[in-house]
Amino acid sequence: MILGLYNYWIVVVLMMVGFYIVIAHGNLIKKIVGLSIFQTSVFIFYISMAKVDGGTAPILAEGIQQYSNPLPHVLILTAIVVGIATTALGLALAVRIKEAYGSIEEEEIQEKDNLDC
Amino acid sequence: MLTHLPILQVIVPLMAAPLCLFLTRSRLVWLFALTVSGLAFLISSLLLQQVMNSGTIIYTLGGWDAPWGIEYRIDYLNALLLLVITAVSTVVLVAAHTSIQHEIPKDKHTLFYILYLLSLAGMLGIVATGDAFNVFVFLEISSLSAYALIALGKDRRALWASYQYLIMGTIGATFILIGIGLMYQMTGTLNMYDLSQRLPEVENSRTVFTAFAFVIVGVCLKLALFPLHLWLPNAYAYAPSIVTAFFAATATKVAVYLLIRFTFSIFGLSFSFTALPLQALFVVLGLLGIFVASFAAIYQKNVKHLFAYSSIAQIGYMIVGFSVSTATGLTATLLHLFNHALMKSALFLALAAVVYRIGSAQLSQFHGLGRQMPFTMAAIVIGGLSLIGVPLTVGFVSKWYLVLATIENGWWPVTVLILLGSLLAIVYVWRIVEAAYFKPPLAGSEGIKEAPMSFLIPVWTLVIANIYFGIDTRLSVQVAQAAAQSLFGVSP
Repeated sequence: MILGLYNYWIVVVLMMVGFYIVIAHGNLIKKIVGLSIFQTSVFIFYISMAKVDGGTAPILAEGIQQYSNPLPHVLILTAIVVGIATTALGLALAVRIKEAYGSIEEEEIQEKDNLDC
Repeated sequence: MLTHLPILQVIVPLMAAPLCLFLTRSRLVWLFALTVSGLAFLISSLLLQQVMNSGTIIYTLGGWDAPWGIEYRIDYLNALLLLVITAVSTVVLVAAHTSIQHEIPKDKHTLFYILYLLSLAGMLGIVATGDAFNVFVFLEISSLSAYALIALGKDRRALWASYQYLIMGTIGATFILIGIGLMYQMTGTLNMYDLSQRLPEVENSRTVFTAFAFVIVGVCLKLALFPLHLWLPNAYAYAPSIVTAFFAATATKVAVYLLIRFTFSIFGLSFSFTALPLQALFVVLGLLGIFVASFAAIYQKNVKHLFAYSSIAQIGYMIVGFSVSTATGLTATLLHLFNHALMKSALFLALAAVVYRIGSAQLSQFHGLGRQMPFTMAAIVIGGLSLIGVPLTVGFVSKWYLVLATIENGWWPVTVLILLGSLLAIVYVWRIVEAAYFKPPLAGSEGIKEAPMSFLIPVWTLVIANIYFGIDTRLSVQVAQAAAQSLFGVSP
């Protein structure tokens, strides 16, 4: 039961690791790394879900009766593209923040903002 | 052509966005974007008319029947949302060309319009589609362009606000994605209608329960429900003024739509309100949101911040209406959704005019503006009255229905709290009135003139709409009621 569903355990662990990094770290780059790990766990979740026991890759061929479900794979291709776009935008913002504030630490940025007010 | 309206609604702004790259002159791009948005408005009006005449429209993409293909389903609720989004977007765009002159560097004007149209397309897509995964894709299209639009703000704090919004927004969207995945795992379908048919068979499983919890939290992050609202005030305050006017009126409304769609249509009323204590949870969080955000609004020094907090409070009213979970309550929510879009777009657009003239939205700079910019300030006052819920404005209509819904349900304390919350709105609106009309003008502010016509025309269009729909409530109430009733009747 536990071993049979090991990929789901990996999903849960990765999800929590990513989520924790996003919340706990003040460094903007680390936050984005955490966010990527968080999103990746969801990708693995979708892909695990599509696997059919004894099924092969969903390519039509003679003598094969059982295929894995291709739909979640396709969905996740889209989600990966979205994830890359998010990471790219986040990193670009981090660069601009570094230029404008001279720091990528959450606390220092917050301090400078408080001075501005 | 008419049969293809549902897809044209989304595809026109989506295709138009990259075309902006070929038009390099700022004015030309603006006219193009305005035309596209106007076209989208025309399409949504036609769609609403079609829905009113012949009921729900079902459009299958590429002729592939659902649940294999993706279908777009337009009923009263969708048509109402599409109309609100496109109308606000078009009116706001009228003022965009003048407003961004001072706020966005010239070489970024084209990019601004591209992002604006992409964001519009994303929001329209979320509303039009009948496919759960499609919702996620369009959500990310609109969100990613929203982050970039907010980062265009002049102040460096815009960058930081945008970054925080990106983190929160992505977590919210990923939660929704997890929820959709779990639903797919249990039912093998992504079509919303199909999901609503198949979920009841498996609704006792823990997987469906988890899916529901993930979706609700994700959507609540997106709609800035208290206490998940932290991204909103700074994002609205530091974004370019035009962007604020557009998003304040539309972005959170789309999330409210998703909440209604997921709870009422997909998971179904009986499951949604028994699986989680949604009613108790939302009435408490909604009321807390009204009070905490209204108090916060009272103490703001920046008027954009002030109205951003007021937006969170208004979301609270919508959520309270939702939590009543009767047809009247839902009607109140939908009416407030429509009316709040009118109020906030008028207010933030008038603020954009103020920022255009005096270069800031600090309350201390508003002194004496009542005489220097009489038309703009009058618009802010009428918008403010509407926010409070004074009769003859739209704000009154939705508060009226909300009060009716809570009384009908016997929720007296909630009724009282809603009315008390409106009193807080008087306080923060009064602070602006006091500064603008009862304080002497600041030294060196003699040269401030009334805002140009390119602001006054759209602002007053919205203000007149605020009054018109406050008196003649036939269209808004009829559509909201029909939408609410259909949600309580046969799903979707």
